Amino acid sequence: MTAKPPPPAPPVYGLMAEFHEPGEVVAAARAVHAEGYRKVDAYSPYPIEALSEALGFHRSWLPPLVLLGGIAGAVGGYALQYWASVIEYPMNVGGKPYHSWPAFIPPTFETTILLAALTAVLGMLALNGLPEPYHPVFNVPSFAMASRDKFFICIEATDPKFSITRTRAFLEGLRPSAISEVEP
Amino acid sequence: MATGPDTSGLAKDSRPVPPGEYLVEPGHDFGSVTDKISAIVLQRRTPVGWFVGFAIGFSLLMLLLFTVAGLLFRGIGLWGPNVPVGWGFDIINFVWWIGIGHAGTLISAILLLLRQQWRTSINRFAEAMTLFAVSCAAFYPIFHTGRPWLSVYWLFPYPNTMGLWPNFRSPLIWDVFAVSTYGTVSALFWFVGLIPDLATLRDRAKSKPWKVVYGILAMGWRGSARHWHNYETAYLLLAGLATPLVISVHTVVSFDFAVGLVPGWHATIFPPYFVAGAIYAGFAMVLTLAIPLRKFYGLEGFITLKHLENMAKVMLATGLIVAYGYTMEAFFAWYSANTYEEFMIKNRMTGPYAYMYWCLILCNVVAPNTLWIGRLRRSVPYLFFISFVVSTGMWLERFVIIVVSLHRDFLPSSWGMYAGTRYDWSAFLGTIGLFITLLFLFVRFLPSISIFEMRTILPGAEVEEEHE
Repeated sequence: MTAKPPPPAPPVYGLMAEFHEPGEVVAAARAVHAEGYRKVDAYSPYPIEALSEALGFHRSWLPPLVLLGGIAGAVGGYALQYWASVIEYPMNVGGKPYHSWPAFIPPTFETTILLAALTAVLGMLALNGLPEPYHPVFNVPSFAMASRDKFFICIEATDPKFSITRTRAFLEGLRPSAISEVEP
Repeated sequence: MATGPDTSGLAKDSRPVPPGEYLVEPGHDFGSVTDKISAIVLQRRTPVGWFVGFAIGFSLLMLLLFTVAGLLFRGIGLWGPNVPVGWGFDIINFVWWIGIGHAGTLISAILLLLRQQWRTSINRFAEAMTLFAVSCAAFYPIFHTGRPWLSVYWLFPYPNTMGLWPNFRSPLIWDVFAVSTYGTVSALFWFVGLIPDLATLRDRAKSKPWKVVYGILAMGWRGSARHWHNYETAYLLLAGLATPLVISVHTVVSFDFAVGLVPGWHATIFPPYFVAGAIYAGFAMVLTLAIPLRKFYGLEGFITLKHLENMAKVMLATGLIVAYGYTMEAFFAWYSANTYEEFMIKNRMTGPYAYMYWCLILCNVVAPNTLWIGRLRRSVPYLFFISFVVSTGMWLERFVIIVVSLHRDFLPSSWGMYAGTRYDWSAFLGTIGLFITLLFLFVRFLPSISIFEMRTILPGAEVEEEHE
C-alpha cells in the first residue's frame, strides 16, 4: 500500500475551563472573545443570553426558516383544498361554490402552524447538529455537571490562536476552578 | 424520597418569607433544584402509593380496551346516541377532554409570552396533561366513526384508489386538521422542553440502561451556548405559534356546533365562550393534578401556594367569561324573538333535563365566585374540592349544549330522550384510566417539573448585561 498515512489526530480537542458562578463564566467568555479566540463554545445548565452574546453569536437562522415553513404550509394547505375541491373532485354540497374560500381558511391556518412548528423544531435540531451521538467534551469527567450547576468554556484546538501552553496560561488567568484537556 | 435537597450552607437570606409570596422556596440553588426534581425519576424504589394509583388507572384502561373490543365486534349501537340525539357521550367527552388540554398550552405558551414566571414549575406536567387529554379526546371521534380502519379516507386528504376527497367545507374536517395539528404541536413543544432535562437525567442516572435510554432521547444535548441560542429562539417561536393555535382549536370545536342550525348551537358567541370554558376546565384539571403531586413528592417548595392562588384567579376570571356566555345565550334566545330559540332556552331551564342545567349553573357560575374570597383561594383542600366541581360543571355544560339541544327537535313527533348506556360510561371511565395511566408513567420516568427553567428563576441565575 502506498496510500499516504492518515494525518495525525490532533492530540487534544481543546482546553476546558470550569466555573461555579454564571457571572464568572460570562466574564470569562468576554475575555476569551476579546483575546481573539473564535473557535470557542461555552456550556451552561440553563440558557444565559449574555453568554452567547459574549461569544459573539448574534444571529439565528431559525426565524427566516420558520417563516418559510409557515408560508409553505399556508400555500400547500390552501392549494391542497383548492385542487381537491375544484379540480380533482368537484362536488356540489348545499349549493356552495366549488371554490368556497372562507371555508378553506381554518384548515389553511392549521397547516400553516403545523409546518412552521415542524420547521422550528427540526430546524433547531439541524442547526445545532443534533442528534449527535459522540462529542469530545463528554470525555471530561466533570462535564457531567454542566447539566447540573457548573459552567464551562472550551477553546478548541482548531482555533488558529490555540497553543496548549499559552492558551492554558491565558485560561488560568481567568481564575477558573479547574482546567482540563479535552481528549478528541 | 430517597434523597432530599442538600440545603446545608445555602441560606443566603435568613429572613422568613411568608408562603404564598415566593415562586421557589428560599434556599434552593442550581444543584439542589436539579437533585430534588431528578431524584423523583432516578430513585430506585418506586413508592407504594405510585403502584396503587397506577393500578387504579391501569384497571380503568383495561375497561377501555374491553369497550373498544365491544365497539369493534358489535358496533357503536352499544353507545346510546340515536335519532334525535345523534351526538351523546362521545362528543361530550371529546369536547371535555380537548378543553382540559387547553390549560397546558396556555401555561406553556401564552404565559411564556406574557413573561409570567409562575408558569415555570407547572408547565411541564400541564403540557403532559395536554398531550394525554388530546389522546383521550381523539379516542371518541375515531371510534364514533364505527370503522376506524376506514375512517382514514373520510378524515384525511390522501390520494386513495377510490379517488375520493374529504369535503373541506365541513367543520368536522376542520376539526380533524385542528386537533391533529394541536396534538402534533403539543408533542413537539413538550419534547423540545424536555431535551435539556433528559440530558440532566442522562448525566445523573446511575444505572447503565437508563443512561442509554435518556442518552438517546437527549440526542447528545450538551448545553452549549450556541445550542441554547437556537433553542431559545425555537422555544419562543413555538410559543408564538402555539398561542393562536390553541385559540383556533376550541374555536373550530365550537364551529362543529355553531355552523349547524340547531337552536342552542347556532350562536356567534360560541368561539370565545368555548375557549374560555376550555381554559377554565383545564386549570381545574391542573389543580386536580398539582395538589396531590406536590403533596406526595414533597414539591411544596416548587409548586407553592402562590401558584395555586394564581391558578384559582385564572379559574375565577375564565369562569366569569363562561357565566357571561350563559347569560348571552339566554338573552339572545329572548331577543331573537325566534320561537325555536325561545323554546330552546325555556326547555333548558324547565324541561326534562332542567336539573342538569341548574347543576351546571351551580358548578360554573355560583361555585367559582367563592374564589373572590382570598382565604378560600389559599386553602389547598378547598381548591382541590372546587377543581372537581369545575370539572363536573364543564362536563354538564357540554351535556346541556349537545344533548339538551338535540332531544327536542323542530317537530314534536321526533322528540326523544337520551341517557348514556353502560358502554358510554365504560368508555368515559376508560379514557380517565388512559389519562391516569399515562400520567403515572410520566411522573415516574420523566421530570414532572422543568429543571432547566427552574434554574433560570433562581435568584443566582441573573447575569448582568454588559452595556457597551
